[in-house]
Amino acid sequence: MTAAPSVSAPTGRTQVDGLEPNGLVRDALIVYRRQIRMNLRNPAWVLIGIMQPVLYLVLFGPLLKPLVGSFDLPTDNPYTFLVPGLLVQLGMFGAFFAGFGLIAEWREGVVEAERVTPASRAALLVGRLARDLSLLLVQALILVGLGYWMGMRGDALGIVAGIVITLAVGGACAAASNALALTTKSEDVMAPIINMVMMPVLLLSGIMLPMTLGPAWLESVSDFMPFRWVTDAVRSTFLGDFGSSGVMWGVTWAVALLALGVWWGTAVFRKENS
Amino acid sequence: MIEARGLVQTFLTGQGRKKTEVHAVAGVDLDVAEGEVVGFLGPNGAGKTTTLRMLTTLLKPTAGTARVAGYDVATQAVQVRRAIGYVSQVGSTFSGAYAGDEVVDHAMLYGMTRRAAHAKGQELFAQLDLEGLWRRMPKNMSGGQKRRLDIVMGLVHEPGLVFLDEPTTGLDPQARANLWEHIRGLRDRRGATVFLTTHYLDEADALADRIVIIDKGRIVASDTADNLKSQVAGDLVDLEVATLDQVTVAAERLGAIGEQLEVVERHVRARVPRAGRAVPGLLRDLDASGVALDSIEVLRPTLDDVFLTLTGRSLRDAEGDAPGSPDSSELEGAGR
Repeated sequence: MTAAPSVSAPTGRTQVDGLEPNGLVRDALIVYRRQIRMNLRNPAWVLIGIMQPVLYLVLFGPLLKPLVGSFDLPTDNPYTFLVPGLLVQLGMFGAFFAGFGLIAEWREGVVEAERVTPASRAALLVGRLARDLSLLLVQALILVGLGYWMGMRGDALGIVAGIVITLAVGGACAAASNALALTTKSEDVMAPIINMVMMPVLLLSGIMLPMTLGPAWLESVSDFMPFRWVTDAVRSTFLGDFGSSGVMWGVTWAVALLALGVWWGTAVFRKENS
Repeated sequence: MIEARGLVQTFLTGQGRKKTEVHAVAGVDLDVAEGEVVGFLGPNGAGKTTTLRMLTTLLKPTAGTARVAGYDVATQAVQVRRAIGYVSQVGSTFSGAYAGDEVVDHAMLYGMTRRAAHAKGQELFAQLDLEGLWRRMPKNMSGGQKRRLDIVMGLVHEPGLVFLDEPTTGLDPQARANLWEHIRGLRDRRGATVFLTTHYLDEADALADRIVIIDKGRIVASDTADNLKSQVAGDLVDLEVATLDQVTVAAERLGAIGEQLEVVERHVRARVPRAGRAVPGLLRDLDASGVALDSIEVLRPTLDDVFLTLTGRSLRDAEGDAPGSPDSSELEGAGR
C-alpha cells in the first residue's frame, strides 16, 4: 500500500565547492591517514606489539649460542639465524591481530559509515593494510637494529630484501585478519581461531629452530607450510643469497599469500551485509 | 526522491540444517517526494532498518527494484551513495578520534577537498550546537552531542536526501526534543528530504509530514498522521464515576453515543466520534440522571490506536513478539 505523492525527477547531489573524483589511491590515502593518526595517538601499542619478538631475541638468543654450530647452517651466528625468523613471526603475529581494531570500528558504526560513501571498497582495506605495513616496518627496523646491536651480521641488501618479504607476509596476514574480523565480528570468536591457526604455523615454520633438526616426517610436513619457505627465504637473503630456489619459493609464496589475503579482504568489504 | 517497487529481502537464520528463511521485507512499495519528511514506523523486527539498508545500498535487494535520487540502488550504487546522507542508529565515528577529524575524513571520502570539508564541517557544528567540540573525542561527548555529530557526518557532503535510522534511540527526553528541532531544520532550513525510521509513536507524530507503517515486512498504511488517526473510530472518552452503583447508568448513556464500550471498576470507556461535540450533551444527560463523576478524560486517537486498528495488535505489544528480528546483527549469511 502506498500513498504516492509525485516522485521527483532524478536528482544528483548538491554540488559543493572543491569536489575531487574518487579513486582507489586517493580514498586509500584518506583511510590510511585516518588510521595512522589514531595509531600515533597511542604509540605505546607499537612498542607493546614488538615486545614478544624482542623478548625472544633477548632471552632465547643466548640459548641458541652454544647450539647453532650444530645446526649445519651457513652461519654460526645465533642472531643472524634468529632475527630473520623473528621478523617473519612479527609479520605473522603482529598483523594477524590487526583485525581486532576493525571489530571495534565496526561496532561503533565506522565501517558502515565508510561503506555508504562512494569510496572504493578496496580502498577501505588497502588504507588499513598500509597502516599495518607502516607499523610493521617500524617494528621490523627496531628488531633488526636491536639484533645488530646484539651481534647479528648480514648482507645489507639482503636485510632490506628480507624486510620486504616480511612486509608481504605481514600484508597477507593483516588482510586475512581484517577479513576474519568482518566475518566473525567478535573478538571472542576471532581470538581462538587465530590461536588455532597460528600455533601449528609457528611450530612448522622453523622460526625458532631449523626444521632439519626434527625427524624426517616432521620436515616433510613442514614442506607443505608456506611460511616455512618464507622463513627460509628471509634467512637466505640475510646471508646475501638471492638466487637459490628456496628464495624463489619463499618470494613466490609471500606474493601469493598477499594476493590471496587482499582478494579475501576486499571481497568481505564488498559484501553487502558485512 | 525514492521509488521502490516490490522490494524483498530474505535471510537465513539459525545454524546447520535448522536454518530458517526469514522474509525481513516482503514486497515493499514506497514513494517519497522531494522535500518530504517521512516517518517509517514499526515495531522492532518489522523490517524498517532492512528496508533502509536496501535503499542506502548497504544491502542488495533479494527481489524488487528501488530508485533513490533517480538512481537504481542495485546497478548505480555509487551514484546513490553520492546523493544521500545516512545516519546509522549505531553511530558513525570512532570514540577515540577527534570529532573534527572524523568529519573531515568522512567528507573527503565523498570527494570533498580538505579545505571544503573543514569549512562545511565547522558550519554544521555551529548549526547543530556543537561549537567548541571540534577537538573533542566522541567518547567524551553526551549522548545528544554524539547523535548530532552523527547527523553532521551524514550532512557534511550536502546530500539532498537524508536517511535517519532511529535517530533518538537511547536519548533522554530533553536531548530528544533538542534533536527533533534539528531534524525539522533539515527540511525547513536546508530543503532536504528526510526519511527516518523510528519505533517511537510520538517521534513520528511530531516530525513526519507523512507516516509509513510497516509490520512483518509489509507496509500496512501510508498517510498523514491526522488521516491515519481519523481511520480509528473516534476519540476515547473515559468517565470515572463517583460511586459503583452509578456505573450501569453511566455505561448506558455513554454506550448510546459511542462504540467499544468497556467498564473497569468505576471507569467507563468508549470510542466516541467527534467527542468534542458529543461530550457536553453527555455531561448534561449524566447530570440529569443523577450520575456524579470524579473525572472525565477525552483522548485523541494515537498512532498506537492506528496500528491496533490495522494489525489487531498494539505497537507496544508487537515490540515483544517480533519474529527473528531481521534488523539485528544476528543475521547469518548474505541476503539472497
